[in-house]
Amino acid sequence: MSQTRDAAIVGIHEYPSRDVEGELSPLQIKAQSAARALEDAGLNWRDVDAVYDAGEGGPMSGLTIAEYFGLKPNVIDTTNVGGSSYEYHAAHARRDIAQGKARVALLTYGSTAHSNMARIGVGGRGGLGVQPGDNMESFVGMTLVANYAMAARRHMYEYGTTSEQLAEISVATRLHAMRNPQAVKAMEDLEFLNIRETTIEDVVNSRMIADPLHLLECCMISDGGGAVVIAAPEVAKDCAKTPVWILGTGEATKYPENGGDITTSAAAQSAPQAFGEAGVTPTEIDIAMIYDSFSITVLALLEDLGFCPKGEGGSWVEGGRLRFDRPDDGPALNTDGGGLSSNHPGMRGIFLLIEAARQLRGESTSQVTDAKLAVAHGNGGMLGSRHCAGTVILGRD
Amino acid sequence: MAEATRPLPSLKELDTRPFWEATKGKQLRYQKCDACGTVVWHPRGHCTGCTNGTLSWHTASGNGTLYSYSVVRQSYHPFFRTLVPYAIAWVDLDEGPRVLSNIVGVGDPTTDLACGQRVKLTWEEHEELSIPLFTPA
Ligand SMILES: [Zn+2]
Repeated sequence: MSQTRDAAIVGIHEYPSRDVEGELSPLQIKAQSAARALEDAGLNWRDVDAVYDAGEGGPMSGLTIAEYFGLKPNVIDTTNVGGSSYEYHAAHARRDIAQGKARVALLTYGSTAHSNMARIGVGGRGGLGVQPGDNMESFVGMTLVANYAMAARRHMYEYGTTSEQLAEISVATRLHAMRNPQAVKAMEDLEFLNIRETTIEDVVNSRMIADPLHLLECCMISDGGGAVVIAAPEVAKDCAKTPVWILGTGEATKYPENGGDITTSAAAQSAPQAFGEAGVTPTEIDIAMIYDSFSITVLALLEDLGFCPKGEGGSWVEGGRLRFDRPDDGPALNTDGGGLSSNHPGMRGIFLLIEAARQLRGESTSQVTDAKLAVAHGNGGMLGSRHCAGTVILGRD
Repeated sequence: MAEATRPLPSLKELDTRPFWEATKGKQLRYQKCDACGTVVWHPRGHCTGCTNGTLSWHTASGNGTLYSYSVVRQSYHPFFRTLVPYAIAWVDLDEGPRVLSNIVGVGDPTTDLACGQRVKLTWEEHEELSIPLFTPA
């Protein structure tokens, strides 16, 4: 089928600081990022006629954001599916623009998770249990890491995957992070120990957090935010930067099921939609921006996105295959340094779009030569139990 | 300061209240559709396999298989931090439901557990309900 070019990413901004020391609010981070992203596109507030918001700034966020930004949008979409929200927002913005409901869409994100000491990854989940599913599970002392670790454990059991293979993902993203000054600054501000390129031994010898996941297989908890501007073709042609077209999108859910397979994520459902709509195959993808909450997230998602068959991810990633300087071996992974080593304020999905756009513009600190096609895949919720998937295929002319 | 305790399920949540009320008498119950036979878990008011079936409550044997697990080494929760290292697991009951629980009564959970091993139900008693936990069979 033929590709359509209904909407393009025309403006991006990643808020540079990962530690605002309690001096900025999430709304302020969103607004500053929005202004910079609009400037990046050569647009202004008055050009925006659609807002997409995951509600991290508070309740009734569609209204709050419109007023705070001083906009009167015709489209207000407050889809919240955790870290994958921004892939959904990109999909919906493209749909709304293609239908003529909007011309310029604004996506923003802001979080002070680090300043709040939110400890996203290591706390116990408490017992309010208002949802029936939660009321059956909240007594066990689940942690975010343990939830993902159960997917990793089952992957090891079924397919013989090793900690050394999972460590490849941490090593590749750290390599990319060390080339990204913002990521290095982030690790300094968050007081990482040993800020340097890592080895597989470093990862498997780091402290076990929840078997079988080690410290260096877990994402950071930062402050941060960003913004993305998506525009119609007639707007994009006059924007300041090369348009990055949204070629295909897919959405899916996954939740616990009797007899289900927790090594397979919702991406197995969302990816075929996105690749099919874009008319491209995984072998053509240059850049894989894949939600790296943990090493196992990336391994499972690489398989589910179709880069290799289910169960073969472990051997597939071996030998540094995911590095930015090995383009003949498949896609470069998380060339900004990822959630593992650059930026994870809780809902990282927007950074997947931002770095994919940088790569397709030729602006990455770990630039893949002549990158033409990227996939951004967000996983929102928890890999080992219930989550949403959002897949977005991006390309340049 | 009061001693930290395990967070207990709510007895007010409507879908799961009958399940938790039955745990007081140490019954591990699950729902099955009289019309289409679907085993529904977590408990809820409607069948997910058909639109007009009635769900009946059945009592599980308490025997199951460890589907997957993790051993938590680090927790900031006031109760669970006192338990580390402790095992969280998905258990496939022989009757079908995949339930989340803890594996207890294990010497060293970091070395003594494996996917696929058989487990059996054990109860942790509380005032208004009991918590279903599992131990190696
Ligand atoms: Zn039924």
